[in-house]
Amino acid sequence: MSQLTELKEAIRKALPDLDLVLGWREGYDALHAPPYHIRRQEDLEHLVFGPMCVNNLASQLMHLRGKKVGIIVKGCDARSVVELLQEKIVNRESLVIFAMPCKGVLDVKKIRRALDIDHAREVHFHNGTIEITSGDKTSSVELKDVLADKCLRCHYPNATEYDHFIGEPVEPRVSAEEAAADPAMEELAGMDLTERFAFWKTHMNRCLRCYACRNSCPLCFCRDVCLADSRDPHWQSQETSVREKWMFQMIHAMHLAGRCTQCGECERACPVGIPILLLKKHLNAVVKDLFNYEAGIDPTATPPLFTFKVEEENIKEIEL
Amino acid sequence: MMASLFIVSKDIPQWLAAMAKTRKVFATQRESGAIIFKPYDPGREVVFERESVTSCKEAVFPQTKVLFSYFVKKNPETGETAGVAIEESLNKPAPQAVVFGTRPCGTKGFLTFDRVFDCDRIRDPYYTSLRERTAFITLACDRPGATCFCHWVGGAPDDPKGSDALLTPVEGGFLVEAVTEKGEELVNEARSLFAEADEKRREEGAAVRDKAKGMLTPKPDLTDIGPALEKRFRDLDFWEDMTAACVSCNMCTYLCPTCYCFNITDESDGQAGVRLRTWDACMSQQYSLEASGHNPRPTRAHRMRNRVNHKFWYHPKEYGGVISCCGCGRCVKHCPGSVDIRRILLTALERKDEDAE
Ligand code: SF4
Ligand code: SF4
Ligand code: SF4
Ligand code: SF4
Repeated sequence: MSQLTELKEAIRKALPDLDLVLGWREGYDALHAPPYHIRRQEDLEHLVFGPMCVNNLASQLMHLRGKKVGIIVKGCDARSVVELLQEKIVNRESLVIFAMPCKGVLDVKKIRRALDIDHAREVHFHNGTIEITSGDKTSSVELKDVLADKCLRCHYPNATEYDHFIGEPVEPRVSAEEAAADPAMEELAGMDLTERFAFWKTHMNRCLRCYACRNSCPLCFCRDVCLADSRDPHWQSQETSVREKWMFQMIHAMHLAGRCTQCGECERACPVGIPILLLKKHLNAVVKDLFNYEAGIDPTATPPLFTFKVEEENIKEIEL
Repeated sequence: MMASLFIVSKDIPQWLAAMAKTRKVFATQRESGAIIFKPYDPGREVVFERESVTSCKEAVFPQTKVLFSYFVKKNPETGETAGVAIEESLNKPAPQAVVFGTRPCGTKGFLTFDRVFDCDRIRDPYYTSLRERTAFITLACDRPGATCFCHWVGGAPDDPKGSDALLTPVEGGFLVEAVTEKGEELVNEARSLFAEADEKRREEGAAVRDKAKGMLTPKPDLTDIGPALEKRFRDLDFWEDMTAACVSCNMCTYLCPTCYCFNITDESDGQAGVRLRTWDACMSQQYSLEASGHNPRPTRAHRMRNRVNHKFWYHPKEYGGVISCCGCGRCVKHCPGSVDIRRILLTALERKDEDAE
């Protein structure tokens, strides 16, 4: 039985007890698979699974609270679900998790750059390559050149929290140390403060303040009452200056410190390619250093910013 | 239209530089992989190969527009307010501007703005002062993408409507046709850069344009789209399903060349402040939030219903049947959930005879 057939079978059985199952369906071309709701057995016809299933469906869980929801997760998506469970934002009893061991998802922007295609009619995955038919032309590119960055350094391809595990676990692509080594982070660390600020100013200058980053984040749960749009209290001006945009991005990052599971949805959602994930990775590294904690791994662990110790082991207040 | 001229690709920067002497020029440039409209900078390459992510809306309807600035005067003795000094931004004349390299769909976006901001009922000076001073040099498309649907809504990859000059990409350069006097002026100012286009070039241009039109997918008949959407108005299940992939951000409306909703806020800093007009987005929860805390469009489904209905039903109803979507496909291509407005329209049409339960 193929992995997809097995998945459909598992959902078919679970569906009568659920309000809906979150999955991915065929999109407007073969490279896109938008999230959709499976409510009826016949909706299962449209279900797809593969490297084009980029969206983290956990981002939808917040506004489905109160419903009995099934969710299909890749390894990284599962971490967001675990973090939501840890923070008691979603309730384990109202969730059925279908875990798909994952070999990586595509970065469509990389594909557009590498192949300059107009209309991807068909996509085939062979060992290590992806073959795309656009118009009457078929081109191929190595998968490693078009996989999302997070997948190239993925250390958690298999969900640890689930009700149904579909197929065989896959080997992590890299070790924990390799996963932590990140050239973009190193490059940023190599800049002095002035250079780093100039780097961010250039990027933030083109930010549209569209909040696609915020709203795509599975853990950014204030979304509708975000301080960036609040008028009372009046934290931020609505002006689209670098100052305001940077301020918003800083707050967003701070609120995700030690909660962000590095699913990369914020950066993927950004229409103008701002590398905002770097901010979150940096803060996560700080949290790891101080509290030896990684978000979304252990459903029973308390996230460090959700608790308080009079004496922190790694924070020497006297030296501050 | 004046006779076709030809300019070689490498002379484009000179033309831009000539125009930039007395005008503000917006051109498409690449930053971190994204093609965006930015003020022209001679040190940076202008790129044409793809439709830009951002539309040229910013040039005439900036995301942040200062309407006026104010200063609240206080009586130093009592601390009481002693009047407000106001400085009108309209008193500073806007510079002449040129938008270079927008596609026909994006240029036509302003025809929607014109209907709303410059009509019998209303003449918005903040809009018209910029609109009148801006010229559009549009680039015809040689290869529409998977998300292009200008032809569904009365456009075409070589539609000159709303443009002052139209460029067509040909081997080694561009065919140039002035559409308006303003366009002619822009060409004549740098006339030495252009040659008459011979017949071969003109034929090549026509072939490029025909080929582009041939690449468009078959179009549906949208005559009944208004009534079809009306039929689905109360069908919230329909809108829920159509919105399953939406995260309710502002991106689709901000990238859209025809979305014209705005917000007005006072942003004070002590006694000084500005009254701003900024882009607003009907997909955001704050958009229809009332002072009481009640929101008549409480869910994403309600908000999507408004966005689609506004473009394909309410606006046409109000403005002589014209759909206020230009078919550029930005909202499809860049949406984090790949929400496809075309699919919403087609599904509504398919079910146009079906009453809501
Ligand atoms: S901040 Fe970005 S990477 Fe982190 S959980 Fe949110 S969307 Fe994912
Ligand atoms: S998604 Fe990108 S452009 Fe939009 S607000 Fe976030 S950083 Fe800015
Ligand atoms: S349709 Fe897409 S771009 Fe528009 S609000 Fe929804 S998620 Fe954002
Ligand atoms: S929608 Fe039409 S005019 Fe717009 S970019 Fe596509 S082909 Fe060109």
